[in-house]
Amino acid sequence: MGEAGGLHVSPVLDPGAVQPPGAADTHGWLMTALTDRGISRRRFLGFASAMTALLALPQAMAPQVARALESTRKPVVVWLEFQDCAGNSESMLRSSHPTVADVVLDVLSWEYHETIMAGSGHQAEAVLERVKTGTDPYVLIVEGSIPTADGGVYCTIGGKTAIALLQDMAANAALVVAVGACAWDGGFPRLGPTGAVGVGDIIGNKPLVNLSGCPHNPANTAATLVHYLAFGKAPALDQYNRPLFAYGHLIHDQCERRANFDAGRFVEAWGDEGHRNGWCLYKMGCKGPQATFNCPIVRWNDGTNWPIGAGHGCIACASPQFWERMSPFYDRLPGVKMFGVDIDAQTIGIGAVGFVAVATAIHAGGVVARRSRERSRRATVATDGTVVPETTSEPAPSAPAGDGDQN
Amino acid sequence: MADRIVIDPVTRIEGHLRIEAQVDGGKVTAAYSSGTMFRGMELILKGRDPREAWIWAQRICGVCTTVHAHASVYSVEDALGVEIPPNARLIRNLIAGAQHIQDHVIHFYHLHALDWVDVTGALAADPAKTAALAQSISDWDRSSADYFAGVQARVKKLVDSGQLSLFASGYWGHPAYNLPPEADLMAVAHYLEALEWQRDVIRVHAVLGGKNPHPQTYLVGGMAAAVDPNSPNVINWERITFMQERIKTMRSFVEKVYVPDVKAVASFYPEWWQLGAGHKNYLAYGGLQQGNRTDEKSFGFNRGIIVGGDLSKVVGLDQQKITEAIAHSYYEYGGGDQAALHPWSGETNPKYSGPTPPFTQLDVEQKYSWLKSPRYDGMPMEVGPLARMLVAYGSGNKRVQDLVNGALAELKLQPAALFSTLGRVAARALETVYLLDLMDQWIGELASNMESGDLRIHDGSKWDPSTWPAEAEGWGFHEAPRGALGHWIKIKDRKIENYQAVVPSTWNAGPRDEKGQTGPYEASLEGTPVANPEQPLELLRTIHSFDPCLACAVHVVDANGKERVRVEVR
Repeated sequence: MGEAGGLHVSPVLDPGAVQPPGAADTHGWLMTALTDRGISRRRFLGFASAMTALLALPQAMAPQVARALESTRKPVVVWLEFQDCAGNSESMLRSSHPTVADVVLDVLSWEYHETIMAGSGHQAEAVLERVKTGTDPYVLIVEGSIPTADGGVYCTIGGKTAIALLQDMAANAALVVAVGACAWDGGFPRLGPTGAVGVGDIIGNKPLVNLSGCPHNPANTAATLVHYLAFGKAPALDQYNRPLFAYGHLIHDQCERRANFDAGRFVEAWGDEGHRNGWCLYKMGCKGPQATFNCPIVRWNDGTNWPIGAGHGCIACASPQFWERMSPFYDRLPGVKMFGVDIDAQTIGIGAVGFVAVATAIHAGGVVARRSRERSRRATVATDGTVVPETTSEPAPSAPAGDGDQN
Repeated sequence: MADRIVIDPVTRIEGHLRIEAQVDGGKVTAAYSSGTMFRGMELILKGRDPREAWIWAQRICGVCTTVHAHASVYSVEDALGVEIPPNARLIRNLIAGAQHIQDHVIHFYHLHALDWVDVTGALAADPAKTAALAQSISDWDRSSADYFAGVQARVKKLVDSGQLSLFASGYWGHPAYNLPPEADLMAVAHYLEALEWQRDVIRVHAVLGGKNPHPQTYLVGGMAAAVDPNSPNVINWERITFMQERIKTMRSFVEKVYVPDVKAVASFYPEWWQLGAGHKNYLAYGGLQQGNRTDEKSFGFNRGIIVGGDLSKVVGLDQQKITEAIAHSYYEYGGGDQAALHPWSGETNPKYSGPTPPFTQLDVEQKYSWLKSPRYDGMPMEVGPLARMLVAYGSGNKRVQDLVNGALAELKLQPAALFSTLGRVAARALETVYLLDLMDQWIGELASNMESGDLRIHDGSKWDPSTWPAEAEGWGFHEAPRGALGHWIKIKDRKIENYQAVVPSTWNAGPRDEKGQTGPYEASLEGTPVANPEQPLELLRTIHSFDPCLACAVHVVDANGKERVRVEVR
């Protein structure tokens, strides 16, 4: 995989390129906006530094991120919704770094987004026309699947089909971003009668970033947009066009309950002592061992919590075609390796914990403790339970969504 | 001369809604409501484990996130005869209450306010006078002249940049905007504050459900959010106080900003207490159980029917009287388009027969919507906060009566004024205050239970499907922010045999039925004045007052395109 998955687009933020009306100030619209609101340059640089860290870039890059953020013309965003539940729109409203108001009003010019934009009807349609034919490069964000059956009659906006609208707006977009499971690979509507597909199936070879999850995590989306602002291209991507910084590691390896898994401490019934002590949810159907996502690290709602933290197993909502592949959600994943690093010869076989560990180890078919665990930091678990090191592959879907490997 | 107004997309809603209206002599003479998107959730649920139905059904809507999970687990528990432990009920209610409160505030500021507030008007405001206005209606502390000057500068910068972002396409300068510039500026400031407020307070969902949208914590039989005052990893004292702080934040913003703003905005639009009524039929399933699942006396929201605006007579709900018509919906019935079927014997055979896209106008004499037309005893019914408050008011709910009477007295209005566009806005705000009291009560009860050692969150007696009967069926009901929500499930051989949801926006946004009776949106728009058909701001006011949610409203179909859903009558 090449740099940024081989994805390159023209830099939006050439500070000299386009000057907005009245933009004579020297240190850029964002810095000006922040200064106006009492935010110091030091804090601004701190923000740039935090973004640099989230994107896993060397800190030496922080000044470049800061410089790009200080440019003068706000990049335009168009957010289209098709067969959606607006859950990804709502999730974007929960963005905390940057805050939602900063994102949609100050950092970007968020010109079309049906759930929250001012104008309706003809006035809304006119925005799309203006953006499409205008000179400002724009990022097209898509939420929801696209129905292809019966001429696309299952989703129309302004009398036009979702397919036609997507093709029309993607044609001139500098970058297309699919947020959420439905826009990525058709989500659950894929299983229904409307011929629902993901964005990648419609737009051909346009530069595409998939931000899977049900919903997407707004921290990752904001970071992807900031990377794009800073470097004029998407961050490094995996074979599904998902940013490595968000989808490169297994949930299981990042989970705060991992020590309990390794020690053989499992929740056996909802509300039991193990459940009240935050033990591992593997036996309750948790799909963390087969899902890659930075959910345990970034968490949700300003870092407040995540599903496993609330006592329920992971449903692998950021994984390919998770609805059909991961349901039944309360069944145990087969063939998950049990490492048992906290268990030694003295404890195995003694007491309930030892029994569980042994049973699980037998079930999983063997133990190689620390070295395997180290390896799995950059690895994933295939459906047969084997660990695949140094790649980010998940179980490949029968019909891969998007144009993954081509990029 | 008659004009045809088409609004598509209707924005600042959830989902895909199209409104067509005939305007003659400056007033709407006929309106047509069309849902323009279809997915097919019930087909997808068929054959799956009923215990996970909620995970799927929750994705019916991400704005009404959680409400479908709520109704879904209750439907399975109804089928299996499971009563959940008190802590699970409290956690569900806390999630539901937080959802209502956050959603209602978002609705007012981010989905509805721009129908009443001219953002560009804020530029002409005097920040000192704005401060005086704000301080005259509330003791909210962010009300200095400097503060409003800062907000105004931010708006000015946005306008001067030529990149107006979300505000680029509004009907700014429209003659129907009545607010003085100072009220515009105050409202814009609160729009921005509410954006920050909503993402903070909804962290209650993250504590209890891991995340929002789509909290992931429900279980058939209870909740997965474990409770233990002495464990660091679950709902403990620290988490309780964290949530109490968020609930305090909810209360302060609702009481000091949201409610005063609703009153202030309403005072500049008195004619809208007379517009937008519609049929004056209201329905509430009730919900927010505080005792046994089906004990109506324990409901936080009352159950009942009001017909023709007669508040003196709240009629009990009889599910047998619910039917759905498809005369103007893109479906077929085996018995013909004129049939109106009870969900028990309902069918859903999707068959699009509208114009071939791209199109400019619907043929409203034929079928024109993906929504069906639900009816109660043959009558169209409005659901939502207004229906809930009126049913509670007419049922003798003392707290609701006090809230409503207090507001009416302050605004110098009679109860009949509530049958209106502003009535819906006011009912939503009063309901939010009503729920704050319940939130305080519920979090207190959860803390007390923990203190007394009751840590139960789940009844596992029916978790194992081998304990289930060969066949079972159930009904789960809930009052979602937008109104009465019901899920019906039929279980056979431990799998979902059939599943159906009848949801709030189908009741409100559905098209004409086989008798030609309009749906609530359609009826409420008749008679609406339209100053400029090119900028139908007035229509949006009434449509937005319902808080449309179209993803919820259109989602039904089963494998054979036929539903066989049985409604359990209690």
